[in-house]
Amino acid sequence: MLTLDGVHTYYGKSHILHGVSIEVQPGEVVGLLGRNGVGKSTTLKTVMGLVRPSQGTVTFEGRSIGGMAPHHLAHLGIAWVPEERRIFRLLTVMENLRTGLDRAGITEAKRKSMLDKIYASFPVLAERQSQAGGTLSGGEQQMLAIARAMMLEPKIILLDEPTEGLMPRMVGQISEIIRMLHREGVAILLVEQNVPLTLDASSRVYIMEKGVVRHHAPAADLRANHAVIHQYLGI
Amino acid sequence: MAIPLEQILIQTINGIVNGMILALVASGLTLIFGIMDVVNFAHGDLVMLGGFVGAATIATTGNFWLALLIAAVVIAVFGAALQVTTLRPLIGRDPLTTILATFGISLVLQKYAIWQWGPSARRIQEPITGNFNLFYLQYPWYRILTAVLAAVIIGALYLFLRYGKYGIWIRATTQDRVMAQAMGIPVPVVHTAVFAIGAAMAAASGVLFGPLGGVTQNIGLDFTLRAFIVVVVGGMGNLGGSILASIFISLLEAYAALIVSPAQAVIVSFVALILTLLFRPTGLFVPTPK
Amino acid sequence: MRRSNTAYWVGFCIVLALLIVAPMVLPEFWRRFVTEILIWGLLAMSSDILIGYTGMISFGHSVFFGLGMYCAAAALLTVKPPNLWLALLYGLAGAAAVATFVAFFATRLREIYFSITTLVFSQIFYVIIFTWTEVTGGENGLAFSQPPFSIPGIWSARFTPETLHWFVLAVVTLSFLLLRRVTQSPFGMVLQAIRENEPRARAIGYSVERYKIVAVMLSGVFAGLAGVLYALQNKFAAPDFVFFLVSGEVVIFNVMGGVGTLVGPVAGAAFFLLLREGFSRYFTEYYLIPVGIIFTAMVIFMPQGLLGFAKRRLNQ
Repeated sequence: MLTLDGVHTYYGKSHILHGVSIEVQPGEVVGLLGRNGVGKSTTLKTVMGLVRPSQGTVTFEGRSIGGMAPHHLAHLGIAWVPEERRIFRLLTVMENLRTGLDRAGITEAKRKSMLDKIYASFPVLAERQSQAGGTLSGGEQQMLAIARAMMLEPKIILLDEPTEGLMPRMVGQISEIIRMLHREGVAILLVEQNVPLTLDASSRVYIMEKGVVRHHAPAADLRANHAVIHQYLGI
Repeated sequence: MAIPLEQILIQTINGIVNGMILALVASGLTLIFGIMDVVNFAHGDLVMLGGFVGAATIATTGNFWLALLIAAVVIAVFGAALQVTTLRPLIGRDPLTTILATFGISLVLQKYAIWQWGPSARRIQEPITGNFNLFYLQYPWYRILTAVLAAVIIGALYLFLRYGKYGIWIRATTQDRVMAQAMGIPVPVVHTAVFAIGAAMAAASGVLFGPLGGVTQNIGLDFTLRAFIVVVVGGMGNLGGSILASIFISLLEAYAALIVSPAQAVIVSFVALILTLLFRPTGLFVPTPK
Repeated sequence: MRRSNTAYWVGFCIVLALLIVAPMVLPEFWRRFVTEILIWGLLAMSSDILIGYTGMISFGHSVFFGLGMYCAAAALLTVKPPNLWLALLYGLAGAAAVATFVAFFATRLREIYFSITTLVFSQIFYVIIFTWTEVTGGENGLAFSQPPFSIPGIWSARFTPETLHWFVLAVVTLSFLLLRRVTQSPFGMVLQAIRENEPRARAIGYSVERYKIVAVMLSGVFAGLAGVLYALQNKFAAPDFVFFLVSGEVVIFNVMGGVGTLVGPVAGAAFFLLLREGFSRYFTEYYLIPVGIIFTAMVIFMPQGLLGFAKRRLNQ
């Protein structure tokens, strides 16, 4: 469904991605591991159209999307949950959700059912509906960021380090949310530093180093073979 | 040198009236700056153009309210066209480039106005004439109406931003342009729309100001300068702040005009700007950032 | 590098030679025109120090220019017999004084705020000049006679149009060489570093404030010099030249010619004045409409200016 092929990306003069090739099938959870600064976030940003690839192709459902504007991609079914969460701090929780919910073709009934569903999955958000996004705790903001992305009814979610800076209890909740999304048939490209969580949630894992994909294997293999993880991530 | 109380009171009201007109201009400017980092040098010229279009409309139809509406719409469309052709290509470039570009546009607009409508001032008839008694003096109703209208328009803007469907889009884009795009909000369209709204408000000010000060090409630079000062003193991007600052600055000028000539009273606002930049650069009416 | 350097100086000498010969072959109108280009060119160069090299856009150069002009006028009106050197001294001193004041703000304000503040200064100054009629002549300005070129005790001769042109040319050429020397020096390099990335320059250890102050002083003094030359050439000082539009035009020269090149702004001044001359034949006083459109288009599509554009072409 989503394919990156030989993608090179630059930030100004810095050559970040040196020919990245990754594939995600519909409904799959694919992990992307690697140390800090190897280009994992840049890969997601390239897919999301926030950076233009200088070389290589990005294809989504058969159509080339490299260079398309992010707001079009959101309508095509790609949602992005960035590393810093990027909640609209001055908007309320409800208004944050509405940025994804207020789309063409959503009837009043559909809105209500989507909101009910999301509040059922994330009760804390229901409580804090009218609160400004900036007043939420880190974990709550992460949930809001994911919930907001879900408002787009995406076919794939680009999840960038969702557990970063969260307490262990919350990490478990994130794990649960990923499982839930998978059950709903949403594909996920999961960038993480938390290896156990990633191996547990994903079916396949790519490992990046210095802007290239160095290793690619089913998660099961990596679970069994720790040496590879150790080699690339030093864990 | 004692200044009679009535004069102080009259100047207070004048200050508030002028302040509301300025607030209308400044809110557009601060909105535009907040959402796309554009310092619109030509904003005052949009006020001027609005005045001229309004004057022309009144000349043909005789209806002030129609003039107000038409000026706002025409200048809004013009503003949108301007933004799409000249400012969109500049997104992502050095923000100082937008000052230069809008400066160039300002020059063209000013000279165009002279070419189109001639160098003499246009007069706009106020829709309601007559004065009411304020102490021993007569005060024109129209001035009060102006302040009320400006307040209504600004109030409508506030409500739209706070509760309207597209208000969320505008506020989200202002806070985080990139994330807004990722949420499917068509940011380029939002930018154009906000510019058009700012232009419409500027045009409305031009028409409202018409009966008070006439419509000439010079008012462009004058309004731009004052609006800049207000936006800086009020805090760039801060809507409430620019409204308060508009009234504050206009009151200062009004009181100063009791002592020096009006041409020199302008210096007061300049001084306010400089003091603000030195001591509270984020703005006088902005809570100190933690 | 060597080759382009020689080419540069050859070009420079050719242009210089042409300028020297100019007053002898051109009709009076064009002679004056060329002299004016030189003066505006000097003003544009001074502005380039800030815009092109330090990265601060000043909309207030009309203040320095105007002060140079009015202070020179003061010298020529109050001290009899009118003395050229005194006029220069007064003018430069006035400009330097204000430059110090502006420099103070330059160090505390960031880009946009600095630009807006210089704009505001420019207007304050205009209002003061315009309304303080007793001292400045208000709307009508001040008229005075041209001082002779005198070397005290040795020789004194009135200026002729040719000799005035050569005097201006000499001053402008010297200023250019001096400014060029400065911009190519380590000092100039630091200024450019500040323009590229101020936080990094600061992190490396440069006292950015001090560099900015010197840059503003330098810029202001040479702008004042241009003002003195203008007063000498035209024998009057008027508020029109202090109006913000002059500052705006200077910025136009810089952008059109190419910021950061020193030569560019002079070319930009020439280009603008020629456009104005040409367009006013067809558009009369509305020449600013097509010129303004050209300027805006250049900001968008040719931000490196004429010179930058030419450089790129030549390099290909």
